[in-house]
Amino acid sequence: MAAVTPDQLHDHHHGPTGLMRWITTTNHKDIGTMYLIFAFVMFLSGGVLALTIRAELFQPGLQIVQPEFFNQLTTMHGLVMIFGAIMPAFVGFANWQIPLMIGASDMAFARMNNWSFWLLPPAAILLIGSFFVPGGATAAGWTMYAPLSVQMGIGQDMAIFAVHIMGVSSIMGAINIVVTVLNMRAPGMKLMKMPLFCWAWLITAYLLIAVMPVLAGAVTMVLTDRHFGTSFFNAAGGGDPVMYQHIFWFFGHPEVYIMILPAFGIISHIIPTFARKPLFGYASMVYALAAIAILSFSVWAHHMFTTGMPAVGQLFFMYATMLIAVPTGVKVFNWTATMWRGSMSFEPPMLWAVGFILVFTIGGFTGLIVAVAPIDIQVQDTYYVVAHFHYVLVAGSLFALFGGAYYWLPKWTGHMPDERLGKIHFWCSMVFFNIAFFPMHFLGLAGMPRRIPDYALQFADFNMLATIGAFGFGLSQLIFIVVAVKCVRGGAKASARAWEGADGLEWTVPSPAPYHTFEEAPVVR
Amino acid sequence: MRLAGRVAAPVILLPVASAAVAQSIPSKFNLPPPVTPIGAQIYDLHNLMLIICLVIFVAVFGVMFWAVFRHRKSRGAVAANFHENTSVEIAWTIIPVFILLGMAWPATKTVLDMKNTADPDITIKATGYQWKWGYDYLQGEGQGIRFVSNLSTPRDQIEGAAPKGEHYLLEVDNPLVVPVGKRIRVLTTANDVIHSWWVPAFGVKQDAIPGFIRDAWFRADTEGVYRGNCAELCGRDHGFMPVEVHVVSQQAYTEWVARQLAAGAASDTGATAQGATPVPAAPTEGAAQSAPANAAPAGN
Ligand code: HEM
Ligand SMILES: [Cu+2]
Ligand SMILES: [Cu+2]
Repeated sequence: MAAVTPDQLHDHHHGPTGLMRWITTTNHKDIGTMYLIFAFVMFLSGGVLALTIRAELFQPGLQIVQPEFFNQLTTMHGLVMIFGAIMPAFVGFANWQIPLMIGASDMAFARMNNWSFWLLPPAAILLIGSFFVPGGATAAGWTMYAPLSVQMGIGQDMAIFAVHIMGVSSIMGAINIVVTVLNMRAPGMKLMKMPLFCWAWLITAYLLIAVMPVLAGAVTMVLTDRHFGTSFFNAAGGGDPVMYQHIFWFFGHPEVYIMILPAFGIISHIIPTFARKPLFGYASMVYALAAIAILSFSVWAHHMFTTGMPAVGQLFFMYATMLIAVPTGVKVFNWTATMWRGSMSFEPPMLWAVGFILVFTIGGFTGLIVAVAPIDIQVQDTYYVVAHFHYVLVAGSLFALFGGAYYWLPKWTGHMPDERLGKIHFWCSMVFFNIAFFPMHFLGLAGMPRRIPDYALQFADFNMLATIGAFGFGLSQLIFIVVAVKCVRGGAKASARAWEGADGLEWTVPSPAPYHTFEEAPVVR
Repeated sequence: MRLAGRVAAPVILLPVASAAVAQSIPSKFNLPPPVTPIGAQIYDLHNLMLIICLVIFVAVFGVMFWAVFRHRKSRGAVAANFHENTSVEIAWTIIPVFILLGMAWPATKTVLDMKNTADPDITIKATGYQWKWGYDYLQGEGQGIRFVSNLSTPRDQIEGAAPKGEHYLLEVDNPLVVPVGKRIRVLTTANDVIHSWWVPAFGVKQDAIPGFIRDAWFRADTEGVYRGNCAELCGRDHGFMPVEVHVVSQQAYTEWVARQLAAGAASDTGATAQGATPVPAAPTEGAAQSAPANAAPAGN
């Protein structure tokens, strides 16, 4: 496909070294690496919070933490995982991969790129630091529903500012991605020839630009209700608590697609590579992404069926939500058809990808079930929903991220990741994930509410099982640290096309990708 | 078309299978046995959905795992090169739409039923407080009864100092009492933050929103004690504000009402009748220990 210019073979890099290199860097690969490390650190922190929650829920009764603190843990776990781990991880992938995949030399706005990363650590410090202020972190849930969030202490303000900052960072990242993808593709790479990961991110970036300001608005109104005497969400002053939920979920539902569309993109590269066969239905994959994104703006109130909407409202949001199953189904069918009559092998990236499809689809089905308003009214705010969104977030987004990491690590480090450890990591994660989260479906159906530190005796056995699974899952993630460190340090040398069936511009540059790539645009035919 | 055919064929058998499985799933793995018409509809709807989803799941992953085991490089599989097929793609877009229509139809009927709160025999207002429920019988037999319902599980049990009772965390001092077979309309509201009034066996979950009134209805057809929880995070003791409803015979209900009204005229304990005074904040013993009624909200 493309020629490698002689320059690219030398890793020449001028400018500051040491810490200053990382602080001042405008190189998409450096920034991508920082995003990925940041996300992984936040993932481990959020994991520690989750395991504390699970430890408390091991048995009925209060053993380890008090209810106030328990609520802080669930809230911060959600915020840290969503805004600290999953979203930045995908932006890290975008930074590394989009320029390499479209044959661009860097992101369009390289300095803004630096800025959008360096906003994140202060936001994380605000968020985590709020545990240590009087009153502790916010305990209003990651959804921060008013008026509960109006009751909270200073930790709530810190969370609001953290969300503001992370929002600004996401918007800058998104603008950068849109401009890069639209303007910097190699000559000959038409939009409909663009790698799916880039398509997925292009669409995701538009979603981000559309909804992050909405979230900022919602939390700012909470802030002014808290401190400046406004009554946006206070009925006594003429406001409406439910309005908060409408605004929040207008952000919140597209947000869940922000966390899954790039995952679809990653999977759409891994499956064809290891099936050694082109992706089935490229065009319909693109249309499905677009359809999901557009529909995602008209389904927000499915999170609010129990608020008591009029029947017409419930019906509208139920139908619209069910419709999303169609494009999502198309994607799963297309992946299956890609595997059909392929010549498959199951290196770690492929294991994660197939695992992703399997467990994500379970989450998709429970999503369809909770789309049905009467059923949702029964299981809303129970562990059924906790199970559902962990099947799409952990087994969806997170598994895809791991798959992508194993897939592109050779390109990033120049070494093949340890295959045996990668497989152990996958199988442990897969098994423990299901032990941890599958029983939660039963808990929810049987009537265990979520966000509670203690529960009735009938829920005891499944909770014990879930906790055992959760600890197994959490510990399994440490394997990845070993794999990543080993891979950076050494290991089997990766060739430019690290995987036999891999296709795309990123595989035309050497592994590891030199510091500067595609200074002269490749030509795509 | 082959793939699509595999997906579509079993779907036709669904209604039969659904009825059969519905009876056999023990309730530990499923929704609690419903005792209201709405609850029963939800229960069936969920079973139906579950079975349709399972069938599709097995069909799709049957195909995928066939490929996973057969079309392996290590077994000498040679990759084909097809990458699109318009008719198949159209089929697997259109067929799901029809399956969805089949799901939406019964769901729509249930939504309309749930929303039809007209003509109640008795109307009760449930008010969420941090962290207890207040009940006012507004209309119908029992009108004028009002009381507060607090968790009655002793603190010792929660902290592990005493063995946990059978209804640990699902028991209250003053349960809601309603007659069997009557249409009960529940109005929900709240005093501080959003709560949610939920009794799984009734298929009722309705948020209680401060400053607003929402409603739901149920008609319990079996006498018994039904338990639920607050289902919206409402602060520190969100996990400790259960709902307990006693569904009793008409006669027992009439007697209960008489007792309440008589007691209410004379006393001011948890079960207080009448009066324009605000719901008394005086909780009973056990509850005062586990969920102090007037404590400041968490984190404030
Ligand atoms: C080690 C793996 C994980 C475990 C054991 C775990 C466990 C839990 C538990 C126990 C809850 C509290 C449920 C409740 O009481 O309502 C929870 C909530 C949540 N989790 Fe996780 N989780 C894990 C990973 C993740 C990941 C990777 C995400 C990704 C985004 C995530 C997102 C959330 C969200 C959004 C909530 C809701 C928070 C809230 O209620 O405000 N979790 N998780
Ligand atoms: Cu949603
Ligand atoms: Cu509550």
